[in-house]
Order: sequence, then structure tokens, then C-alpha cells
Amino acid sequence: MEQDWIWGLIGGLLIGTGGAFYLLFNGRIMGASGIIGSLVDGSAGNTKWEKLVFLAGVVLLPILLFPVYREVDPHITDNVAVLVAAGLLVGVGTRIANGCTSGHGVCGISRLSVRGIVATVCYILAGGVGVVIFRHLLGVI
Amino acid sequence: MQRLIFAFIAGGFFGAGLFVSGMTDTSKVQGWLDVFGAWDPTLAFVMGGAMIPMFIAWAIAGKRSASVLGTPLPPAPSSRIDRKLIIGSVLFGAGWGLAGICPGPSIASLSYGGTGIYIFVAAMLTGMVLAPFLRTRLDKMVPAE
Repeated sequence: MEQDWIWGLIGGLLIGTGGAFYLLFNGRIMGASGIIGSLVDGSAGNTKWEKLVFLAGVVLLPILLFPVYREVDPHITDNVAVLVAAGLLVGVGTRIANGCTSGHGVCGISRLSVRGIVATVCYILAGGVGVVIFRHLLGVI
Repeated sequence: MQRLIFAFIAGGFFGAGLFVSGMTDTSKVQGWLDVFGAWDPTLAFVMGGAMIPMFIAWAIAGKRSASVLGTPLPPAPSSRIDRKLIIGSVLFGAGWGLAGICPGPSIASLSYGGTGIYIFVAAMLTGMVLAPFLRTRLDKMVPAE
């Protein structure tokens, strides 16, 4: 538990390295919601295969790491109503805002993008208020 | 073909980083957002760590006219703050806090997150399909100013 910040830092460096590769080699911004969303609403066009292969990498590397890495429990709730409500909010919200933690946060802030910074402040504040309401007031999470 | 190879490498780094950092652990994400509970600072290190290679990458990109594989680099970012950015980010943040998971980690944990992650991803994809309708409505609204 005390060393979680080291794993956070190492993981962060890996995330940023992925974003740097995608930018410098493919000329693209690594935004998870844009990549997933454009595939499901059909707006990906001729970047469809590039995005599908990117997502294949996202799924496959954790599978390869899973057996060798420390014990992992994602602690995902089994409350179906919470999962459905959260999924809908995340899906709708990221597409309307045109980005999520990776696009607006990692790629936007590192570029000193005003939109990226404003979006990140908004979703972290909403997430913080959300946790206070859902956990401490309503007790649903 | 080269673009596909580098897309796969980039996705691999992203997936590995989300897994290793704990971003796919909902208790760590909610712990970071829970400033009035047992606050967990790990996510600040994840974000800080991710900024370092990206900051360098933007600096290199700024000196180039195209990507290494010849595709155009992303245009300069708009600084326009509109209601879609704010409303969308607030809705996203609420969902992120509620389940402790955002789009990248939801995909990265597909293989080990269990049934819950499938329900979340299915709802997220539904939300993404529905979003254009809400976006159009927000576009039609006359600005309050």
C-alpha cells in the first residue's frame, strides 16, 4: 500500500509513453472516449482499423501482465443500477465534452490546452462532489 | 501497415500503464476523489507521470511538420469554452465518481474486471450512441448571454 505511488508513477510514465508514440508516429491524440466513441457511432471513417488495433493493444497487454503482476482486484461494484447509471453518464458526458481523462487530461493538459484544463477541473470537481453525495450522503457506493 | 503497428504499440503502453498504475482499480479512483474520506493520492502520481513523456512529445511535435509516418499532426487546440465542454465534463465526472472507472480503464480491465465491467461498458457504449442527440439539442439552445 505504501508503494502504490511508485506503481502510479511507473504506470503514468507508461500511459504517457503510449500517448507520445500515438502522437509522434501516427499524428493522433490518444483519447480513449474519442477512439471508442467514434467506432460505435460510425464517425471513425478511414481511421477505423488504426483505432481497433489500438484498442486491441489496450486489452491484450493487461491480459499478458495479469498472471505475472501482483494480485489485482479492480473492486468493481456488483450494483447493476450504479453500473448502468455510471456507464450512461460516462458515455454521454465524454462524447459531449469531446474527451475524458486521457484526451483532455493527459494529452490536453500536457499541451497546455485551455479546453483540456477546464474539462479536467470540471470532471474532477464533479467526481469529488459525486463521491461525497453517493458515498457519504446516500451510501450507494 | 506501420500505422497499425504503432497504434498497437501505443495501445499496449496505454493498457499496461492503466493496469500497472491502479487506474483500473475503482477503489483507488474513488479514494482519490474522496477528499473527505481516506484520501488516496496515487492518481496524482499517475497523471504527473503521464505528463512527462507527453510534454516532451508535444515539444518534439511542435518542431515537426508531420508525424514520423507522414500523417498530419493534430491542429492547434481551440481555446473555446462552451456549454458542451462544461456540461459533458460534469456528467462524465459524476459517472466517474459513481463507478470509479473511466473509458480507458474500462477497456483495459475487460479481461479481468468480471461481469460488472461488461455491464458498465455496455451502458457506456449506449451513452456514446445516444450522445449525438443531446449534443444537437445543446447546439440548438440559444446562448444565455
